[in-house]
Formats: sequence, structure tokens, C-alpha cells
Amino acid sequence: MSDCHQTRNPFTHDESPAVGVKLEHVSKNFGALAVLKDVSLEVHPGEIFVLMGPSGSGKSVLLKHIVGLELPTSGKVSVAGLDASDPTTRGKVRMALVFQAGALFNSLSVYDNLALYLREHRVTNEAGIREKVMRALQILSLENAARKSPSELSGGMRKRVAIARALVQEPQLLLYDEPTSELDPVMSATISEIIATLKDEYHVTSFVVSHDRSLALSIADRVGILMGGRLLTVAPPAALREPTDPQIADFLNPLIDVKNPRFKQLEA
Amino acid sequence: MKQLIAILEGIGSTVRMLVRAAGFVPTLPRQLPRFMDQCYQIGYTTLPIVSVLSFFIGSVLALQAGYSMESFGAKEFIGSLVGLSMARELGPMMVAILLAGRVGSAIAAELASMKVYQEVDALVTMNIPPERILVLPRLAAVLVMMPVLTIIANLVGWFGGAIVAHSVEFIALDPEKYFETLRRFTKFDDVASGLVKAEVFGFVVVTICCSIGLNTRGGPREIGAAVTKAVVVSLILILVLDYFLTKALM
Ligand SMILES: Nc1ncnc2c1ncn2[C@@H]1O[C@H](COP(=O)(O)OP(=O)(O)OP(=O)(O)O)[C@@H](O)[C@H]1O
Ligand SMILES: [Mg+2]
Repeated sequence: MSDCHQTRNPFTHDESPAVGVKLEHVSKNFGALAVLKDVSLEVHPGEIFVLMGPSGSGKSVLLKHIVGLELPTSGKVSVAGLDASDPTTRGKVRMALVFQAGALFNSLSVYDNLALYLREHRVTNEAGIREKVMRALQILSLENAARKSPSELSGGMRKRVAIARALVQEPQLLLYDEPTSELDPVMSATISEIIATLKDEYHVTSFVVSHDRSLALSIADRVGILMGGRLLTVAPPAALREPTDPQIADFLNPLIDVKNPRFKQLEA
Repeated sequence: MKQLIAILEGIGSTVRMLVRAAGFVPTLPRQLPRFMDQCYQIGYTTLPIVSVLSFFIGSVLALQAGYSMESFGAKEFIGSLVGLSMARELGPMMVAILLAGRVGSAIAAELASMKVYQEVDALVTMNIPPERILVLPRLAAVLVMMPVLTIIANLVGWFGGAIVAHSVEFIALDPEKYFETLRRFTKFDDVASGLVKAEVFGFVVVTICCSIGLNTRGGPREIGAAVTKAVVVSLILILVLDYFLTKALM
């Protein structure tokens, strides 16, 4: 159960190979609804990959495939060369997912939310756990919330707890589902810094789903754009500053026309 | 046809859950706090109502027995009737029904909401199997608590019967006589067969409620539906199993 902890530990600096993610012709249907359509994608070890796309395009569903919570209707997902749909993969590769809605354990305090993983996998003793948990809380300015219950937190705080909970797991692969969607600009910048630091110093592979254009352009090694379940493009952020594809340009730089608002067009 | 498939799927996932939980039995010692917490939950929520109800069930039994036996002068056998009925049938049955209503519904609600709000998904991605920390401690706790609750129900019921038999005018049975026949006809085997029943009922109720809770799909509305389903299925299974267990334990 806890053998997965011998590989690498960002807080203690012992090395282990970074892991990559590979999707090969992945399609996913929910009943008659096709959510992912033949998505092929490779995230290199130690890379920051940002996935953008309109609401409902299938980004969260794609993330769940990587951690094995959803199984592809066809195609194959692998993490570090291992089949992501095989439950034993989770014991071999340390992955953490920051859920879009946080998914905090409501019956546990913020502190215990973070400590649960470390206790269950017997990573270290209580003193060591305390140190790790408090450090992660500190990074996200949550020291004062340690004893609170998740129901007492604001939306942004909940999101930060979810990120802190992922950080204490010291994952090799860290997946974020819209980490900055509920945060103020300063906190968003902090998150960007965390992601960049984890990459530079600890070779953590990051897969970030985000609508945040500045985050994508500042930290991503490559950006993928998912629309209607299809991966339209994967490109370095520089190429997306002036996109040529009109569909992508429309999504990244929507024209705001206050004289002729979109909803007025609907009324007509 | 669709419903039949759903039922079979339900049975399948319940069995799978049990097998996985069984595989984690060696982790039980280090889950002691969680196990103790569940024991406390089960005891705390059911003990008061178990006591009250078994007192009245014992009383009613004595009253009914007194009414029918008094006419042919066999009222000292009230003790044996209350003793046997409580131990063999009504004690375990009543504890199981209360368990389904109070503990089973709470388990189904808690696990269903954890499922709906993705807490279970979060556990799975952390490589912490929900069967290990959510199901196993509850199953272990119910196996420990059922005999305790049933014995308490029996004792309270017997005393309730004694009090009624003594204080109701047309019966006015001496408690000493009451307990003398109770002891003479209620053997250890009778009590033991009741405890076996209670264990089976408790295990089934908690298994069903965990399984239905963890298999909830959809939004918050489904939590309520899961609770109703869990309690209804538990009650049906208690009654059906009771028949077969009674036959098997004769
Ligand atoms: N469990 C499910 N069952 C049925 N349909 C689902 C399920 N999960 C997601 N969907 C559908 O899949 C589509 C994509 O959902 P997804 O959550 O991946 O969108 P998203 O790109 O993350 O959007 P957002 O940016 O709003 O979070 C939606 O149409 C949604 O209704
Ligand atoms: Mg999403």
C-alpha cells in the first residue's frame, strides 16, 4: 500500500523519474452523448500542459480519464507507460487531482483533509505529518483555517484547501481542474508560481485545465485547446498570442461589443 | 427486464464491495479510532429507542399472555412466553428494524452524499479504497454492537413483562414465579439463536446501506432516493431472512 512512497519526495528532495501522460484516440460517450471524440495527446514528463476550452467541452471528463475515474469508450490512456484504467496504477504512480468543486471531505477539518492521505499511507509519523500539513497550508495562506470545517469556508478558500491537499501528497503528476477560477488575482499568481516551482525544482508533471489566459500564457510549456470534445490544437503559448484559426481566436479573444451585445442577437 | 438487470448489478457490486472490504480486515487494528467511533454511533443512536421499545414489547407480550392464559389458570407461564418470544424473535427483529431506520438510513445518506459530492472519487484518486475506511469499520462495528443491543433489548423486555404481569390487577403474577418459568423454558440456545439472527440482520443492513450509498449516481436529489431505497430493501431483507433463519435455527 505504501510502497509508492519510496520513489520521490519533493519536500525532501530525493529524485525519481518524472512521469508522462499519453492519450491515444480516446473517445468517451455517456449514453448517446459523445463527450470526447478521438483525442490523442501526449504530456511529456516534467512538463506543464494547460488545457483550455469552452464550458462543457469535456475538459473535466478528460482529466478523470487520466486518474482512472472514467474509463474510455474506446482508445487508451496511459500514465508513465501504465494503463490508467488499471486500479493498480494508482499505487505505482503518485497522482493528485484538484477537483473543480474541491471535493473536500466534509466530515473532516481542513487539517484532517490534508492529513488523511499521509496517515492512510503511513508516509511519516504525526509530527512529520503536522509539519507537512502546516507547510502546505502556509503556502496557500490557510494557517488560520486549519481547525475549520469545509462548510465554514468561502469558495476560494475551499479551492485553496483542495490545492493544498494535492500538494501534501507530493505527487509525481498533479492535475488541476480550474485551480484559479475562484481566486483573486494575487492568489492566482501564487498558484501559477507554485505550479512553475514544482516543475523547476521537483520535476512534477502538471496538467492544468483552466480558462485563465494569463496563467496559460505565462507558465505553460504547451497549450491544448479542446472544443466540442475534439482537440483542435496543441501549441506553445507563444503561438496562441496571435492565433490564426478563427475558431480559436474567437475563443481566446472574444470581441466585446457593448453596442450590439450577443444576447440582443438572440432576442431578434 | 431493465429492473432485473439493475437488481443483478446491485447484487454484483454489493458482493464485490464485501470481498474488497474483507481483504482489508488486516488493516482493522490501525483503524481502531474509526471503529470505535462507529460503535459509538450505532450504540448512541439506537440504545435509547431500543430500550423504550423493548420495554413496551415485553409489557404488551405479558399483557396479551395474561389475558389469554389467565382463563385456564396458566398465568405463571407468562414468564416463559415473554422470555422465549423476546429472545428468539422479537428482540433481534426489533433491534434490526431500528438499526435499519436509524443507523442504516444515516449510513446511506452519508455515503450517498460523499459519492455525489465527489468525496469518494477523491478517496479513489488518493489510492485510499472507500471499502477500507468507509465500509469495513462500519461492518466490524455492527457485528460487535448487535449482540450487545439484542441482549439489552431482551433484558429490558423481560423486565417490562415482569412489571406488567405483577402490577396489572387481573394477572398479579409474583415476579419470582415469572422469572422462575422464564428461566426454566428460556435456554441458552434460544438466546444464542436470537443473537445469530441479530448478527445476520445487522451485517445485511449495514452491507446493503453501504452498497446503495456508494452506488448513488447523479445529483443531491438522488441522496434522498438512496436513503429510501436502502431502508426499504433492508426491511424487506430482514423479514425474508427472518423466516429462513427461524427455520434453520429450529
Ligand atoms: N457523468 C456524466 N454523465 C453524463 N454526462 C456527463 C457526465 N459528466 C460530464 N458529462 C457531460 O459531458 C460534457 C462535458 O463535461 P465536462 O464537465 O467535461 O465539461 P468542462 O469542459 O469541464 O466544462 P466546464 O468548463 O464548465 O467545467 C457535458 O456536456 C456534460 O453534460
Ligand atoms: Mg470542468
